[in-house]
Amino acid sequence: MNIPSELKYTKDHEWVKIDGEVATVGITDFAQGELGDIVYVEVETLDETLDKDEVFGTVEAVKTVSDLFLPLSGEIIEFNESLEDEPEKVNSDPYGEGWMIKIKIANQEEVASLLSDADYKEVVGA
Amino acid sequence: MKKTALNDTHLALGAKMVPFAGYEMPVSYEGVNAEHETVRNGVGVFDVSHMGEFLIEGPNALALIQKISSNDASKLTVGKAQYSCMPNETGGVVDDLIIYRVKEETYLLVVNAANIEKDWNHISKYNKEFGASMKDLSEGYSLLAIQGPKAVEAMQSLSAHDLSAINFYNFVVGDFAGIEHVIISATGYTGSGGFEIYCKNAEVQQVWDKVFEAGKAYGIKPIGLAARDTLRLEMGYCLYGNDIDDSTSPLEAGLGWITKFNKDFVNSDALALQKENGVSKKLVAFEMLEKAIPRQGYDIVADNTTVGTVTSGTMSPSLNKGIGLGYVPTNMAKPGTQIHIQIRKKTVPAQVVKLPFYKV
Repeated sequence: MNIPSELKYTKDHEWVKIDGEVATVGITDFAQGELGDIVYVEVETLDETLDKDEVFGTVEAVKTVSDLFLPLSGEIIEFNESLEDEPEKVNSDPYGEGWMIKIKIANQEEVASLLSDADYKEVVGA
Repeated sequence: MKKTALNDTHLALGAKMVPFAGYEMPVSYEGVNAEHETVRNGVGVFDVSHMGEFLIEGPNALALIQKISSNDASKLTVGKAQYSCMPNETGGVVDDLIIYRVKEETYLLVVNAANIEKDWNHISKYNKEFGASMKDLSEGYSLLAIQGPKAVEAMQSLSAHDLSAINFYNFVVGDFAGIEHVIISATGYTGSGGFEIYCKNAEVQQVWDKVFEAGKAYGIKPIGLAARDTLRLEMGYCLYGNDIDDSTSPLEAGLGWITKFNKDFVNSDALALQKENGVSKKLVAFEMLEKAIPRQGYDIVADNTTVGTVTSGTMSPSLNKGIGLGYVPTNMAKPGTQIHIQIRKKTVPAQVVKLPFYKV
């Protein structure tokens, strides 16, 4: 299972890449594997400002639907629209082309609450 | 958690295992979409050994089966199988099942794994009147479903029987994969043709290995329960626990074709009356008119009012759109009727359609 060391994580199996005041968010390799073939990523919160842990979208696999939780408070400034036609990118490249949203971070102090790769490895028992 | 005799084989193949009906079962191997495609266009193998098997024998076996099942089992000759259901006393369904006439006075009933105990108790209750011999073979028998348009050709080398000569819902008891007395049944839950093979647990590893050897040139692959569900739903086959249960009438569920009133069976008087009066709701098939996936338990909505519930739903891998089954009032059951599905905060348009969703 791939858990890159340069990323931060949440217990909800999302990864976060911090780039100054912008955070890119997706779901982890573990999450995509558990979900199976992903057929739909729905994000209808673009341009909205939400609090940490609020639902910003849903990811649908053939068999299941899962909520996506915002890892950091902030404004959702970008959605990876290529997922509308190619949701399978989340399976094939979860940390790259399968990224989901970008957030303008509202509160940098929250970044410290994210998990390190070592913490996340414990979460998934890797 | 129970395991099928092939548990280690599934793990070695990298299957994702999930608990299902008390068994640890493979839900997928390489991925549901690829597995679905394999069965639609090639050949795939499911281990569905969790299914239950009851042997009912004796001079009164048929009378007992006629009493507990809705279809007319007297039509069965040796070598024929029949889809049927067991109505309960209160208008619902105990289980759906397949009945095989193995010998003149020997029948095999194949039931859903989750219902084995309930079914056994239900049948036993009625057997007090008939005194047929009943054996639960579920723990000792395995079941492989070899499904897909290439199944006949790919498996022919494993049997002396002409597999192409076994008609749909017929079976033979014969040699297969070097094992004698295997039930080779032209049945399945996918709509893509093929066989179901019943053998003893001690034999199933050999059968599995030889099936994969013979199927190699045809691109045979193992298929999990996730694809089993998408395949059956594209055909509109009912799944017990989703589309039919202890509270749904077989007539509401569209199972009138296996509910025969030329004989007496459990609750037949009440069901006959229901047929005469007409049902107030019906199980319908619908497809989404926008990109969205219906799921079990979602509300079916019309004119801002909840009119029914989705009982099964998925993204159809073959059609690449959201499809589902659900109960609606009878006046909304006609194909072409517009309905809406409540998906989270959105009300998404859908249309009642004829089955099957996928035309083979």
